[in-house]
Amino acid sequence: MTDETRKMAFICSKGTLDMAYPALVMGWAALGNGIDVTIFFTFWGLDIIRKSRQDHLEIAPVGNTSMKMSMMGIRADNAGIPNVVGVLPGMTALATKLMKDKMQALGVPPVSEYLQMLVDGGAKLYACKLSVDMMGLKPEDFVDGVAGIVTAADFIDMTDGAQIIFI
Amino acid sequence: MTTRVISGKTVQVNEEGFLLSPDEWTKEIAVEIAKEEGIAELTPEHWKVIEWCRQNAVNGRSPTLRQITAGTGISTKEMFALFPKGPAKKVAHIAGLGKPEGCV
Repeated sequence: MTDETRKMAFICSKGTLDMAYPALVMGWAALGNGIDVTIFFTFWGLDIIRKSRQDHLEIAPVGNTSMKMSMMGIRADNAGIPNVVGVLPGMTALATKLMKDKMQALGVPPVSEYLQMLVDGGAKLYACKLSVDMMGLKPEDFVDGVAGIVTAADFIDMTDGAQIIFI
Repeated sequence: MTTRVISGKTVQVNEEGFLLSPDEWTKEIAVEIAKEEGIAELTPEHWKVIEWCRQNAVNGRSPTLRQITAGTGISTKEMFALFPKGPAKKVAHIAGLGKPEGCV
């Protein structure tokens, strides 16, 4: 064991509800173990730090082979949700609500609150400059905890020696 | 199972140094472990958290950080200032409890 603090860096590239939580849960666990945490939000991952989007992330049943009928409370063993059903209006909203309810029942905070906990715990959050430019976003579109908009090269520099996890 | 002597008292600890029996804990032990954890002096705020955790431990396990902030009214930021680098784990160690279980 060295005295140097262990560092972990997460790259969040997805903006669906199920892909927002891994970095939040692991980042929070890392902070709880005294590890330095940096999170870089790129492409759709920017939704996690956008004021207007972060509490409206969704999960779609279409094309999601892991989402089974049983998750909807229907006893159907391994049967999936047929894509033809998944395309019906309201299905994405329904799947999203089910996932949010399950998380809430487990005491997991909503994305905005969870992210603020990480910021309060010392996690450093950065938005990817190329993605920000591509989507025509401005610094004021992001939540206060975001430390800056940086290039990929900046991120590589500031995470020297860190364990990097791409989500 | 190992035993060690902390501030004159022999206690049972696990491989990470956490007390195995919360009943063997004393305030003197807390002060000693806090020093090992890099906290030179335990302030009334520290004690408030330690005591709350001891009162709210389940099966000898300390509460999670989110439970502590919700229960004591002490913010996440303050907790990281009071017990830097892993507050919930440090409190558990100092309070003679097991590590918290749970992801939030």
